[in-house]
Amino acid sequence: MTAEPTFVDNDQRPLGHGRMLRKEDPRFLRGKGRFIDDVQLPGMLHLAILRAPLAHARILSIDTTAAQAHPRVKVVVTGEMLAERGLAWMPTLAEDVQAVLATDKVRFQGQEVAFVVATDRYAARDALELIEVEYEPLPAVVDVRTALDPGTPVVRDEQPGRTDNHCYDWEAGDAAATDAAFARAEVVVRQELVYPRVHPAPLETCGAVADYDQAERTLTLWCTSQAPHAHRTLLAGLIGLPEHHIRVISPDIGGGFGNKVPIYPGYLCAIVGSQLTGRPVKWTEDRYENLVSTAFARDYVMTGEIAATRQGRILAVRARVLADHGAFNAVAVPTKYPAGFFGVFTGSYDIAAAHCAVTAVHTNKAPGGVAYACSFRVTEAVYLIERLVDCLARELDLDPVELRRRNLLKPEQFPYRTATGWVYDSGDYPATLAEALRIADYDGLRREQAQRRARGELMGIGVSFFTEAVGAGPRRHMDISGIGMTDGSALVVHPTGTAELRVSCQSQGQGHETTFAQIVAEELGIPPADIRVVHGDTELTPFGMGTYGSRSTAVSGAAAALVARRVREKARLLAAAMLEVSPTDLVWDKDSADGRFHVAGDEGRHVTIREVARYAYGSADLPEGVDGGLHAQLTYEPPDLTNPYGAYICVVDIDPATAVVTVRRFIAVDDCGTRINPMIVEGQVHRGLTDGVGMALMEMIAFDELGNCLGGSFMDYLLPTALEVPDWETGFTVTPSPHHPLGAKGIGESATVGSPPAVVNAVVDALAPFGVRHIDMPLTPSRVWSALPPSR
Amino acid sequence: MRVRMTVNGEEVMRDVEPRTLLVHFLRDDLGLTGTHWGCDTSNCGACAVWLDREPVKSCTVLAAMASGHEVHTVEWLERRNEFEGGAPGELDTVQRAFMACHGVQCGFCTPGMLMTVRALLDRNPDPTEWEIREAISGQVCRCTGYASIVKAVQWAALQERGRGAS
Repeated sequence: MTAEPTFVDNDQRPLGHGRMLRKEDPRFLRGKGRFIDDVQLPGMLHLAILRAPLAHARILSIDTTAAQAHPRVKVVVTGEMLAERGLAWMPTLAEDVQAVLATDKVRFQGQEVAFVVATDRYAARDALELIEVEYEPLPAVVDVRTALDPGTPVVRDEQPGRTDNHCYDWEAGDAAATDAAFARAEVVVRQELVYPRVHPAPLETCGAVADYDQAERTLTLWCTSQAPHAHRTLLAGLIGLPEHHIRVISPDIGGGFGNKVPIYPGYLCAIVGSQLTGRPVKWTEDRYENLVSTAFARDYVMTGEIAATRQGRILAVRARVLADHGAFNAVAVPTKYPAGFFGVFTGSYDIAAAHCAVTAVHTNKAPGGVAYACSFRVTEAVYLIERLVDCLARELDLDPVELRRRNLLKPEQFPYRTATGWVYDSGDYPATLAEALRIADYDGLRREQAQRRARGELMGIGVSFFTEAVGAGPRRHMDISGIGMTDGSALVVHPTGTAELRVSCQSQGQGHETTFAQIVAEELGIPPADIRVVHGDTELTPFGMGTYGSRSTAVSGAAAALVARRVREKARLLAAAMLEVSPTDLVWDKDSADGRFHVAGDEGRHVTIREVARYAYGSADLPEGVDGGLHAQLTYEPPDLTNPYGAYICVVDIDPATAVVTVRRFIAVDDCGTRINPMIVEGQVHRGLTDGVGMALMEMIAFDELGNCLGGSFMDYLLPTALEVPDWETGFTVTPSPHHPLGAKGIGESATVGSPPAVVNAVVDALAPFGVRHIDMPLTPSRVWSALPPSR
Repeated sequence: MRVRMTVNGEEVMRDVEPRTLLVHFLRDDLGLTGTHWGCDTSNCGACAVWLDREPVKSCTVLAAMASGHEVHTVEWLERRNEFEGGAPGELDTVQRAFMACHGVQCGFCTPGMLMTVRALLDRNPDPTEWEIREAISGQVCRCTGYASIVKAVQWAALQERGRGAS
């Protein structure tokens, strides 16, 4: 790192791919972003939700009389009233159901019990205090390890015949072959790892404004949705309105990270509120509501085992997982993958045999499971294998980098099929690892560590190497609620040569309005400033599954590139007519500044895309079989997942007096294939690294034995600030995806996936001289202190 | 109750409930939605504005407490630039810095961040990296990982020192 801040080439405005400042920034910098709570409609009312104070309790009675009598209250609604409309329960994205408002009992603290619609937000809150609910407390199911024990209270007893809290079982790999490999292995290492429940905690909470038009029977729903089209389709089946009578608008989103994928009861409450009052109704949750009731992540108790030779050749890996899905199974994963993509737990290594078995249970906790930038549980899988490899290195007394080198996949092995059936598209893992070691000066760090250890200082170096699986996904394998995981794009080039790209993904800060303009600019030679990217409105954009699982560039980005190429092919026909040559005689001049076709062998005879556009709309003499205008629309189905990967190195210092962990350096070398806007790519990496440090050191949604949530505010649920994270050191390699039209792989979640094990490996490395082999996250001072021997 | 204050240089007067938070007064009564609300517990800083030129978290200030005082919000930053001799509509240095250094992603923390770092640079034109990190430690950003924001503040400081010298 240089002492002077460097701001190299941050202000170039290339035509296509490259570092380019963001088109969306000016409105955010002026305070003119339009987030959900900024939506104001004439006559709008405000909604507040009454939530359960207990984790598990039978509802004996609800008295809303006093609330109804409040002068500023318009309507008070309970679960019984929703039941009359057939809306007390709604389907989740995981083919379970979830209570919109509780009718029989409450199943987690913070569950929705009733709602009030009033003239202003303060009055709505006041009226909640006037609703009287009588509860009969029930023992809460809190510990995932005992949730299946006989005699445990049954969370989901609304289901006839249910006698336990079992949610699902899922397995992958070959159990017999794996057991056989373990039986003959020279070394077996076993470790239990708890990946705690964490929360994405976007700075903007969830919310909605519902505006039901009783005359037209149409609904406009502004909501914090990462997937507006999917939400509309699912709402159509639910609220008694046909899909074409519903418009879902997702305005600017103040961070999502998976938290804004599900449909929440609050959205439905706002819709019902608007239907009952005939006026627009706004619901904005507060931070407590966001933390205790919306989609959390992780909550996996994993027992991992790794088998190897004495020389450090990994032979097999196996895992048993207990997954806490909370009161309702509301994960948002492709249907065939109830445990997400946990099956990639063989990581970045050539491992012949693997098997995992996941058992999921219900508890009296909030529903969810895959939010927080986890790539459908690749986070948990990477944490498992990267911790196991470090434990194995310790057992074999091998440097963790050397052990990884001996087992990393080799470039010639791609496409590589893992023992659990996943196919990795491309990679040069040794090169990426080497780049990280170079930036870090790994050998120098080890020498420094030896010196510091001799002085009694606690310094640790942690390494992780991860492989992501993103861009879900091919229809033959992947759907959510029966809808294939594809994305649409529509491109119109106007008569004046400017363009509009309409995409089905939805930015939550990723800079789509810039990246997608650059994709089209690269393909068509129209400057990004002349391309407007339209997103987040079902009325204005083609159907598609939205933004999560790092799928925007991987799926929508491909759709944008292909639709631009389709427009270009039409432009070629028109250009041929304009120049009176055969289309095959035209050359697309990729490097021209204005997107031009020229006649092969004669660069002087050319037309620009702008001239073609004018001709497409204006000419009375179009070639035969070519219609007017210059536009196209398509749906892109990814042939397979893409596999971004990276090598991360974390350096920590631990204060022996306080056990406080300081992340001194963090080196991240990512390979996401083609990088469309390196500035945005780097920003995504920085974000994920901060997630990783937060999860490794401070974030946890904890519960007491009664099921009370102990992380209901930012005073209890700690997030990293500028003081807890270092100046990130990033690098990159580029291994294009062989099957993505741009060679891009996606980057959104790489760092969140890859960084937590690097931090934990570093802390454990610092404490290794004391015989410490593992500490569960978050590595708070008290946990680190407890791991230190008293007589050190 | 009646509150009267100067917001972004303009005198405003409204009747509000005594319990009205400044953040809600700015957003709901005055329509200044650039100031965001994020946590209720003054941890996140999305609601930071200036009260008599000092950054405060407007989710823990009553509108009544601001009565008789001067409030500035993110919407004022451009106009401040004009007072300082900048062209109309041109962004303040810190705003341009956040763009140049990719200090903005989702944009939700941005207004509070801008008000805080503007106040920092007004009283310390050449802060160290640690001073910058301390100054924004009451502001949570979930997107940038802070490094680009730190860099933006350094960029702005460099620009303004250069302007002062010329």
